[in-house]
Amino acid sequence: MAKYLLKRIGYIIVSLFFIITITFFLMQAAPGGPFASERKLPPEIEAQMNEAYGLNDPIHVQYFDYLVRAITLDFGPSFKYVGQEVTDIIARSFPYSLILGAEAILLALSFGVLLGVIAALKHNKFGDYAAMVIAVLGISVPSFIMATILQYIFAIKLQALPVARFESFAHTILPAVALATTPLAFIARLMRSSMLEVLNADYIKTARSKGLSSRVVTYKHGLRNAILPVVSYLGPLVVSILTGSFIIEKIFGIPGLGNEFVVSVTNRDYTVIMGTTVFFSVLLLVSILIVDLIYGLVDPRIKVTDKGAEK
Amino acid sequence: MKWKKWSFLIVVMLAIGMVLAACGGNVSKEESAKEEDSAKEEDSKDEGSTALAADQTLNINIKTEPPSLHPGKATDTTSNAVLTQIFEGLMRLNQDDEPEEAMAESYEVSEDKLTYTFKIREDAKWSNGDPVTAKDFEYAWKWVLDPNNADTDYAYQLYVIKGAEDAKENGGSLDDVGVKAEDDKTLVVELEHPTPYFLDLTAFYTYYPVNHKVVDGKDDWALDVSEDYVTNGPFLLDSWAHKDQIVLKKNPEYWDADTVKLETINMYMIDDENTALQMYNNDELDWTGSPTDVIPLSAIPALKDEGTLNITPLASVYYYAFNTEEEPFDNVNIRKAFSLALNRQGIVENITKGEQQPATALVPPSIFEENNEGYFKDNDVEQAKEYLEKGLEELGLEELPKIKISYNTSEAHGAIAQAVQDIWRENLGVEVELNNEEWNVFLDTMGEGNFQVGRMGWNADFNDAINFLEIFESVGGNNYTNWENEDYAKLIKESRAETDEAARRDILRQAEQIFMDEMPIAPIYFYTNVWVNKDNVKDITVSPIGTMQFKWGYISE
Repeated sequence: MAKYLLKRIGYIIVSLFFIITITFFLMQAAPGGPFASERKLPPEIEAQMNEAYGLNDPIHVQYFDYLVRAITLDFGPSFKYVGQEVTDIIARSFPYSLILGAEAILLALSFGVLLGVIAALKHNKFGDYAAMVIAVLGISVPSFIMATILQYIFAIKLQALPVARFESFAHTILPAVALATTPLAFIARLMRSSMLEVLNADYIKTARSKGLSSRVVTYKHGLRNAILPVVSYLGPLVVSILTGSFIIEKIFGIPGLGNEFVVSVTNRDYTVIMGTTVFFSVLLLVSILIVDLIYGLVDPRIKVTDKGAEK
Repeated sequence: MKWKKWSFLIVVMLAIGMVLAACGGNVSKEESAKEEDSAKEEDSKDEGSTALAADQTLNINIKTEPPSLHPGKATDTTSNAVLTQIFEGLMRLNQDDEPEEAMAESYEVSEDKLTYTFKIREDAKWSNGDPVTAKDFEYAWKWVLDPNNADTDYAYQLYVIKGAEDAKENGGSLDDVGVKAEDDKTLVVELEHPTPYFLDLTAFYTYYPVNHKVVDGKDDWALDVSEDYVTNGPFLLDSWAHKDQIVLKKNPEYWDADTVKLETINMYMIDDENTALQMYNNDELDWTGSPTDVIPLSAIPALKDEGTLNITPLASVYYYAFNTEEEPFDNVNIRKAFSLALNRQGIVENITKGEQQPATALVPPSIFEENNEGYFKDNDVEQAKEYLEKGLEELGLEELPKIKISYNTSEAHGAIAQAVQDIWRENLGVEVELNNEEWNVFLDTMGEGNFQVGRMGWNADFNDAINFLEIFESVGGNNYTNWENEDYAKLIKESRAETDEAARRDILRQAEQIFMDEMPIAPIYFYTNVWVNKDNVKDITVSPIGTMQFKWGYISE
């Protein structure tokens, strides 16, 4: 186990190195720079700024400077938000994204699994159809449309929840629901099909014929086996929720990191691009590792060992 | 069992119905209350004053995090919207947008209009209790002009001061810059040229003072609310939650504190304009739209019908730049043909919808009133065809080659480009291709001269025609057209030396005439400020240069 972990961490470091390198050169290759604006700077002033930010150095010098700074987790100041440190920006924005993301994942997971199980148990009956209609709607309505509809119904018409911003728990409900819809629907469909498969498996029939109550059969034998595909979907889900939340953050005026990540690219805010990329990469690589570990816990057949990883 | 479910359902339905009914009732009550209010207002207006509401809190949207709240480093509308309230320069634009004594109690101008002597107010205080001194101004301006201080993009706003450009760009000494604190309360400024708009400039944020006793040696003083963030304006920066919310409170120590009525201003940073409008409809915002935000295009017609939309002119022009080095736009008649063939009225009425003014000149009418008429007729297809024929003959072409319009990604720019494509195809019979690029890529393309027709815009920093005319003085900088003209440049130069205002204006008009005869750009429209505000929000000023001021604002009952 320890050896496996070490090996995985080694992989993470290698992937990070590649991510940093590729991002750095892509970013430099993109046209424009952080000081480009409709109102051009006098060339002398622009030269002074380039000098101050080290943009006049040869590209390999900038690259190695950057690598060193990335390792020490000091990304330098933002170009756009004059003087603000990238680490400060990440530290103040990430909690918002984290709360929003965690709520959304929790919602998606709990309701998705519930809907999926109901659909599978009531196969081809009203419950199945109702759950699947919800799921199809959830997948086909994009999150930003969902967000606007929710705002209109619950904030404007019913006056039950605030339109936007992120101050109290009440503020978090609408964005979390909007963000959760698509993954929720996806999980429900995933859960339904794998549950159906499992319920028809021989060992379930055996369990039933042994006279176990249907509750025990469903939850203890069925669910545990059927949930595996959902667990493996969790890794990419964390990825898509954290990086994909920018549109929800924009609509609800939430000062989160997803928004910062996207806007920094448009601004060519080099230091923020690198900072957020590295941060997200670490987060995602680690969350995938955790999912793999959970996998082993849920399914005893999968042993998290060195051997297992090599297969 | 079954009936239980049904009865539950019925109860729920009833409950929802009741909630909805209650909501409906409230709305109508509010509305009638509002009507009463407005009726009262009209009454009270007759009497000449309106009663103040008990709660003087204003909620507005500034859309994004202000990039910098350091007056010397700021360069944008959002930062300006905050800085104007918390700092104050020698002058402040008054409710009629004229510069008026602010930190300066009085000023004297020398005969040759090159030396300004300002007397600083005795009762002008910093928020930490220090008096505002002439030295604070000298320090702030020289700090911006110091080549060692980066991020001072707007240093060139100070270049009218003698020796300023030399100090910033050519290694001149800061000691030779023409700003000097004679004593604590006397500031003497020497200018490079007589500059009739210098007083306007002293109201601009790059000219704001900073408390040199506090900030000297502290580079990071403007990053957060702290005891180092010392200001001198009508409001104080109370809190700054980055990317979320800024709260301003009234400054009781402000010299003109009696005038200031608002106690608290909440500035939210809601990036999405539709959300901002919904918050406004939900009474969570008192103001949305210009100058810090925009009203969604789709909402404008409905708001206009309701009669709640406010529209005022903005000194800003939207134009298509021709690349005058690339065929066929190296020919003046072709440029004229393309410009005259545009149906500006149609574009403004059907696409932008904010009552923008069709532009047939370079300088906005809020500066040159004559430009309400402009230099040529809008949508003059006959004349355009004549120019086209003449141009083609001069170029020795049978018909026009394919033309490409470049613009940066945006719904509005795209819609306008499509309309122009259609207009030119119909009126001039030319194939037009659209080239949409991401902002930074677009700026690169334009800078390299890699375009035929490109979308651009320009807005004034202060209310003077030179803002627009000097862009085209020479190639480079913000002049993407590659157009230069000796006579034009000479006139601009002359205007700088002219001390008589009428004569100067005349020279600038002549320059504009040359420009419009050569037509290196096709002006399309002059922008407007477009916003909505709650009925009880009064006397907040929005100037033609897009500066919003809360000093005189108040909430009526």
